[in-house]
Amino acid sequence: MQRRGIAGRKGINYFVTALSIGASILGVVFLAWILYTVIYQGFRSLNFAFFFEPTKPYGIPDGGIANAILGTVMITAGASIIGVPLGLLGGVYLSEFGRSSKIGNAIRFSANVMMGIPSIIVGLFVYTLLVYTTKSFSGFAASVALAIIMFPVVLRTTEDMLCMVPNALRESALAIGIPRWRATICIIFRAAKTGLITGVLLSVARVSGETAPLLFTALTSDAWPIHFFTQPTANLTVTITEYATNSPFEVMHVRAWGAALLITGAVLILNIICRTLFREAKR
Amino acid sequence: MIETADTLSPEIFKGDDSPVKIAVRNLNFYYGDHQALFGNNIDIKEKRVTAVIGPSGCGKSTHLRIYNRIYKLYREQRAEGEIMLDGDNVLADNMDILELRRKVGMIFQKPTPFPMSVFENVAYGLKLHYKLSKSETAERVEKGLRGAALWDEVKDKLKKPGMALSGGQQQRLCIARAIAIQPEVLLMDEPTSAIDPIGTLKIENLIEELKKDFTIVIVTHNMQQAARISDYTAFFYQGYIVEYNKTSDIFTKPRLKQTEDYITGRFG
Repeated sequence: MQRRGIAGRKGINYFVTALSIGASILGVVFLAWILYTVIYQGFRSLNFAFFFEPTKPYGIPDGGIANAILGTVMITAGASIIGVPLGLLGGVYLSEFGRSSKIGNAIRFSANVMMGIPSIIVGLFVYTLLVYTTKSFSGFAASVALAIIMFPVVLRTTEDMLCMVPNALRESALAIGIPRWRATICIIFRAAKTGLITGVLLSVARVSGETAPLLFTALTSDAWPIHFFTQPTANLTVTITEYATNSPFEVMHVRAWGAALLITGAVLILNIICRTLFREAKR
Repeated sequence: MIETADTLSPEIFKGDDSPVKIAVRNLNFYYGDHQALFGNNIDIKEKRVTAVIGPSGCGKSTHLRIYNRIYKLYREQRAEGEIMLDGDNVLADNMDILELRRKVGMIFQKPTPFPMSVFENVAYGLKLHYKLSKSETAERVEKGLRGAALWDEVKDKLKKPGMALSGGQQQRLCIARAIAIQPEVLLMDEPTSAIDPIGTLKIENLIEELKKDFTIVIVTHNMQQAARISDYTAFFYQGYIVEYNKTSDIFTKPRLKQTEDYITGRFG
C-alpha cells in the first residue's frame, strides 16, 4: 500500500487552526472595541447630576438620568416578580413531575419556541393586551412584557439545574419519609441553589438591555416613575434610543453614552457573577 | 423457567424463634412492560441480617426497593402481590407511605448527604417525624451519630456541611440519619460498594451492632460480605429467588446447582 504524504494534511491543519484563531480574535476585538467606545464616550457624562437628577425636556442642558435608572430598576424588578416564580414553578413541574409526560414535552417545546420569539413581537403583544385596552402606556406593561421574555429562560434553566441533581438524592430524601413537595423545596432546591440563582440572574441580564418591548409599553418620560402602573415610565434603554437618535443636542448624546455605559457595566457585572457562581456550583 | 428451591420451607428457620418481620408473597414487579420479578416469596426474620445476593440485573435491588415503596417515584414502575410488614400490607393503597418510610429506613449505594450541615442532616428527618425541643433534638442527633459509630469523628464538625466528610463517613451519616427516626427495618442497597476497604470494615462492624435493634436486609455484590455479616441469604437469579437459607448453609451446602455455580464464582 502506498503511504500518503503527511505535508498536505499538516498544511490543512495549520490553515484551519489559523482560521479559527483568527475568527475568535475578530470576535474579541469587536467586544473590546465596543467596550472601549462605550467607556470612553460614556465616562465624560458621569457626574453627580447624572446619577441624582431626572431627565429634562429637550433644550434644557442640565439634568441627569436618575429617573430612568430608577424606572429600569422598577421595570426589571417587576418583571422578575412576575416571571421568576412562574418560571421556577414551571421548571419544577418539568423536572420533577412531567419529565417524560406528553404535557411536559409540549411545555418544553413551547418554552423553546418562546425563547426564539423576537422581543418586539412580545412588545406588540403586550401593547394590544394592556396599553391599547387601558389607553395608557405604563411601566407595569413593560414589566409584563419583560416577564414574558424571562419566563422561558428561567423555566428551562430551572429544569436543567434540577435535572442535574442526582436521583439518588431525591430517593434518599423520600426514603426518610419527607413528603414529595417538601423534599423538592428543602432538599432538591437547596442542592441546586447556585444553579437556580445563576439562571435567574442570567434572565435578568437578558431583559435589562431590552429596548423594543419597552417602546410599546413603558415609552419614556421626564418624570420620576411614581405613576408606575398608569403613566409612561422613564427607563434607560428607551432614553438611550431617544437621546442618541432623536436629539440634536450634544449634551444629550453624551448622556446617552453615559446610560449605555451604565447598562453595559450592569449586564457585564451580572454575567461575571453568574459565571463565578456557576463555576462554584459545578465544583 | 428457572429452577427454584422452596423459599418458604420451615427448615430454613429451624432453631431460630425470632418472629417474622416481613412476609413477601407472590411478588411480581414491572418496569413498564418488562417484568423484572417473578413470584418472589420470602420471610424476613426480625433483628436478623438478611443478605440478598445474585448477579447484576437479577432483581435484588428491585426487590429491596419495593419494601419502602421508593419505586413509586417512577410512574412506569409497578408492583403486584403482598408484602406484609407486621401484618399490614405495604402495597395496599391505604398504607401511609410517609409512616411506612419512617418504619422502613433505606441506605443507598452512593452516600447522599443532604446539602446541609452534619447536624441538620440527622435533625431534619427527626424534626419531620417528632415534636422535639432543641435539647431533645440535640440529644437524639448525638444518639443517632453514636449509633452509626460516627460521633467521635464528627462531634467537632457538626456545623460543617455533610458533603465535607469522607465517603465512608458520609455513608455512616446516612445511616445515622436513617436510625435517628427510630425505624424498625433498615434496607441497605449495596451500602459499601462506593466505599474504601477501611470504611467498608467500619460499616460491616456497625451492621453487627445495628442488628440488635433493627431488622436488616442488605443487597450486596460481595459474597464474602454476605458470608461475614448475614444470618440468612437469598440468592436471586433473573428475577426469581432461587434459593433462601441460613447463610452458613447456603455457602456450605447449596441445594441447587445454580446457587453453587454462583457462590463458587463459576458465573456472575
